[in-house]
Amino acid sequence: MKVRIHLLLGSLGAALVAFALAAPRVTAADKVDPVADAKAFQNFFFQKFPNVKHEDFVNGPYSMNEDMKRQWQEKEEFPPYEFALDAGKEMLSTPFKNGKTYADCFPNGGIGIRQNYPYFDSGEGKVVTLELALNRCREANGEAPYSYVKDEMASLTAYMAYTSRGKPMDIKIPDDPRALAAYENGKRYFYTRRGQMNFSCASCHVQSPGERIRAETLAPALGILNAMPIYRSEWSGMGTTSRRFVTCNSQTRAVPLEPQSDEYRDVEYFLSYVANGLPISGPGARP
Amino acid sequence: MPFVLLNNSANEIIEITFRNDALTAFPRKPALLVALALLAGAAMAPAGAQSTVTEGQKLAFDRGKGNCLTCHVIKGGDLPGTIGPELKDIKSKYPDRNELTAIIFDETKRNPQTMMPPFGRNRILTEQEIDAIVDFLQTL
Ligand code: HEC
Ligand code: HEC
Repeated sequence: MKVRIHLLLGSLGAALVAFALAAPRVTAADKVDPVADAKAFQNFFFQKFPNVKHEDFVNGPYSMNEDMKRQWQEKEEFPPYEFALDAGKEMLSTPFKNGKTYADCFPNGGIGIRQNYPYFDSGEGKVVTLELALNRCREANGEAPYSYVKDEMASLTAYMAYTSRGKPMDIKIPDDPRALAAYENGKRYFYTRRGQMNFSCASCHVQSPGERIRAETLAPALGILNAMPIYRSEWSGMGTTSRRFVTCNSQTRAVPLEPQSDEYRDVEYFLSYVANGLPISGPGARP
Repeated sequence: MPFVLLNNSANEIIEITFRNDALTAFPRKPALLVALALLAGAAMAPAGAQSTVTEGQKLAFDRGKGNCLTCHVIKGGDLPGTIGPELKDIKSKYPDRNELTAIIFDETKRNPQTMMPPFGRNRILTEQEIDAIVDFLQTL
């Protein structure tokens, strides 16, 4: 026990340990309290990285490292995602074969609304992400759905994010037990270890942000979706939120889920909610 | 579920199955039993031949095997990560090789929140592979 506590103190803040030890698995009767969660979640990162400006957390690995940040800022002068913005803008304004457009499915013609996704749909009783809503719009208008992971879907979401840059993430959890359950389910998925390597999402993005895993600097979980979609040199192209979830799961030898499966939608709901107030910064560019 | 920033301790248990005879000289024994035997000092391999040290280094650096460089600085290895401590002066820190075997087999036993994968428990490495890596670590 002594060893264990010592090791915990070594890798995590003392306050956190005190918190963990003081609140050992109270089950069942616990109330889900997203407001308190978001506060605790944000404070954890603010305290762990007192020198990072709050609105900077949305820049993923670049928020963690001054050198990398400088390189990135140079890159932003000729952003590698520019082609996707142009394509996305064109797609958003081009009518479907039936004459309707995305504007018929989205408020404000789809402009400046990224910060409101995902939302909980009370009719369906489930979380609806922007990617899902885009494909549903296409299908409702007789068009084939796009791949969830890249290309057209990434271009559309890149442009939509771009028109929302700077707007604070604004995710609502309606007073509906199913919405709370979806949030809680996403949170559980995020903190549960899985796969041969026994990692949870939190192992990398809560416990170790700023550390290097081989040559890659780990992004903090706070604001981790605000920059999506992202261009990655490693992908030589754009990738959506779905693509990143699948990649993180499979690179750690865990079984990835289907893009837009209920659980991924719930994880996105959880991560977006706890980033409320932080600005949209997408699309992002990564090494 | 209370809001904790730590990982859930309900680790996914990878079922321990019997290993393919063709792949190992140590068949028919679940890894766990072998490891327990090792821990009890009942099945100590004769340690330290040069060839197992070289083999251990190879396994430790191999991305498909130990991939220890993902997290640890190790002398002679490229592109190390920063998640774990540098692996050096191991012999003075852990004079008992069983301790090293246990760390590699399942570090969550010592530290439930550790990032280090349970190489033995989740069958990422065999007992012999872990043994060779321990030989290598003792040269650091
Ligand atoms: C063992 C490490 C590891 C685990 C486990 C892991 N990730 Fe990642 N993740 C990475 C690495 C490495 C990157 C690329 C560098 C970066 O941006 O953090 C990344 C990037 C991301 C990004 C993009 C961040 C950005 O700004 O570029 C998201 C979103 C993400 N991960 C979500 C998740 C989710 C959700 C899970 C669990 C399903 C998860 N990750 C599990 C290592 C991990
Ligand atoms: C994903 C990260 C990760 C990987 C991969 C990893 N380790 Fe570790 N290791 C750690 C961390 C973190 C610690 C610190 C102790 C703890 O967390 O309990 C550690 C501690 C150790 C220690 C104790 C060091 C000391 O100074 O007390 C040894 C020995 C060790 N690891 C060996 C290995 C070997 C050998 C491998 C590959 C077969 C390996 N590790 C792979 C993360 C990792």
